[in-house]
Amino acid sequence: MVVSVQIAPPDSDRVFAALADHTRRDIVRRAISAEEGVLELASHYPMSFAAVQKHVAVLERAGLITKQRIGRRRVVRTSLQALLVARRLLDQYEDLWRARIDRMSELIAETGGAVDTMEIKESKR
Amino acid sequence: MTVTAVRKDPQRLTLTVEAEFDASVERIWQLWADPRKLERWWGPPTYPATFTKHDLASGSRTEYHMTGSGGDQPHGYWDVLEVEPPRRILLRDCCDNPDGTPRPINTIRVGIEEVAQGRTRMSIEIVFPSAKAMVQALAMGTDEGLSQAVSQIDAILAEETIRR
Repeated sequence: MVVSVQIAPPDSDRVFAALADHTRRDIVRRAISAEEGVLELASHYPMSFAAVQKHVAVLERAGLITKQRIGRRRVVRTSLQALLVARRLLDQYEDLWRARIDRMSELIAETGGAVDTMEIKESKR
Repeated sequence: MTVTAVRKDPQRLTLTVEAEFDASVERIWQLWADPRKLERWWGPPTYPATFTKHDLASGSRTEYHMTGSGGDQPHGYWDVLEVEPPRRILLRDCCDNPDGTPRPINTIRVGIEEVAQGRTRMSIEIVFPSAKAMVQALAMGTDEGLSQAVSQIDAILAEETIRR
């Protein structure tokens, strides 16, 4: 699979620093759809436009987002997909579902245990 | 081991997971049908899911949101396409674009069947419309999903260098 990398290779320290912040993670999440400009993104957060603009600048420097002109608008776009190979995503999605199934098993074990406890209480009477 | 099989098809963007539980078909069904049980496994403890509307019936819509530790709350919903209790579910997991139009994340097909007395197999087939939707799925599934996705960047770039 050939992946075209159109942006400068991200500096991994910058990438991790950029994603360490919840607001910035949320901006990256929203910018996957590449529908909003900085002004629209700013409306989602209880902080000033300037503060959001700073977050966007950090993400841009890390190579995680780009600003793209669509007609007269400049939208913020997450640049991850150029770097992501489907196989690796599937691996991560597998991990996500394995974790879900582990939680299901725990829940089953727990509700099974609850029934046992009730039975013990019943038998003690 | 609970998970008994995993199949990945990068061309079709499909993931299939099979798991077996020492429980009845009905109890596995309840993990999907009961919203209070559902929210205990859909999101991890660090990124819990809250299901605000959930009535598992064909044609119904389930509404949920995740809660990040920073208080961010991405919203999602399921369009429940087909339900055949207690054995089959077909749903489309979606979230909304900023303009309100739906953005499909993936389609999830669940099958639940008894393999022996008190032992139940659950199979889950997840089909993504695009790689972009997979990034969205990771972002909606775990608070760390995006960081994990990005941690692969170095390896991918290294591969690129070799190819050149």
